[in-house]
Amino acid sequence: MNRFDYAQAHDGAEAVRLGSATGARFLAGGTNLVDLMKENVERPVSVIDIQRLPFAAIAELDGGGLRLGALATNADTAYDPRVAERYPLLASAILAGASPQLRNRATNGGNLNQRTRCYYFYDTATACNKREPGSGCGALGGVTRIHAILGASEQCIATHPSDMCVALAALEATVRVEGPDGERTIPFADYHRLPGDDPARDNTLAPGELVTGIDLPAEGFATHFTYLKLRDRLSYAFALVSVAVAMKVGADGRIETARVALGGVAHKPWRVPEAEAMLVGAMPSHEAFAGAARRLLEGAVGRGDNEFKIELARRAIVRALQQAADGTPQSQIDKRVA
Amino acid sequence: MDDTVHPATLAGTRETATRDTTLPITLHLNGSAHPTRVAPWVTLLDLLREEAHLTGTKKGCDHGQCGACTVLLDGKRVNSCLVLAVSVDGAKVQTIEGLAGGADGCELDPLQQAFMDHDAFQCGYCTPGQICSARGLIAEGKARTREEVRELMSGNLCRCGAYTNIADAVMHVLQREGASS
Repeated sequence: MNRFDYAQAHDGAEAVRLGSATGARFLAGGTNLVDLMKENVERPVSVIDIQRLPFAAIAELDGGGLRLGALATNADTAYDPRVAERYPLLASAILAGASPQLRNRATNGGNLNQRTRCYYFYDTATACNKREPGSGCGALGGVTRIHAILGASEQCIATHPSDMCVALAALEATVRVEGPDGERTIPFADYHRLPGDDPARDNTLAPGELVTGIDLPAEGFATHFTYLKLRDRLSYAFALVSVAVAMKVGADGRIETARVALGGVAHKPWRVPEAEAMLVGAMPSHEAFAGAARRLLEGAVGRGDNEFKIELARRAIVRALQQAADGTPQSQIDKRVA
Repeated sequence: MDDTVHPATLAGTRETATRDTTLPITLHLNGSAHPTRVAPWVTLLDLLREEAHLTGTKKGCDHGQCGACTVLLDGKRVNSCLVLAVSVDGAKVQTIEGLAGGADGCELDPLQQAFMDHDAFQCGYCTPGQICSARGLIAEGKARTREEVRELMSGNLCRCGAYTNIADAVMHVLQREGASS
């Protein structure tokens, strides 16, 4: 780990001021940043400790939504009775990720801002345009089992590793941000970005901007939902493919709303509005789900090791839509896929 | 150490350390106040082992992947390798050395006894982390079945593969204590 200056921020404005300095990094739970510092991937000039800022609460919003403080831990969020009852998709996705120890420490803001687990990003002996712009991409032509099949570029095929963010994409959450120019909100779909020719940037935050909270809309899709995560071991591993489904089914049995977000396949949670629109008004059926899956995966490209993920994703989407329609969400304890 | 100029923006905040200084902190280690000074890059794990000489807490991967460094931080299980000590000033830390009770401190925690009774280890390197993690698991109150214990102990790897007996040991204590917690 490199040597760095350390300061505790006492309010948001101070954090933003300190965080705007060149080479500054915000420290919350530290579960990703400290790890990256040990790997010399992150070499901050200064570390701004924001753990004492007043952003740890989970609070009701006017209109029926819920505000998740950026500094609330993943565990406190998933086990909050309001989250568990009204947003079980989010609770399920959080509990599908990491380990209990990490969830006790990792925060909601940190979950959004965690970096890719691409092996080449982590290995400073290899090229990586995300870590060192212009150096090349070690993953292209390398080992690509965990890499993107959608939305990648010739500069970067990394994926965003979060489970929580896949659920937040399906729930259409809003990210609250405080920065040098004041406060603003970012629709979740616009928060993370595709790599394009600037893969160093994971998201659309400006320098010095600090995530203060995540707002959930009133509709939590608590009846027809699932988070289906497929990985190389049953627990404590990143997704090869994951699917979050949030659905509304009418009294006549037809689908009124369907949201499908994919994890493990792209640089951000992957949604295709046209695929979701295909399901509206349809009776739940294998054919309808297969059609939506085809549309979701249009343009998918495999690169060697990860080619299997296209077919895996197709099947996972169909299965997840069936689970949501049936009201039988995937258990995060019993990993058998029903 | 390089000669980069310290950002002027850091001057004037109270809890500030530059790369040439240390900060005073006090941790409450197994019930005793432990005042010390730390450089900002010292992890809680390294402080426990190298300075407090509480070497029961193990360094396995040092990257939050194995759970050997698990301790209870203000009552919650965490990977101490990923915690900067400077950032948890005032916290209560319980390690494997602090689990035993009784007047002489020699009365084993029921989990320690159960790990022996169920032969829940082979080489023993992961055991302090497993036991601290199990303490946290029982306190959290989210596990009732064996499947839930396995899932919620997934942050602790055992390279010897003693998982079956570890689950037996944890279940044994959970069933005795779970009803009262």
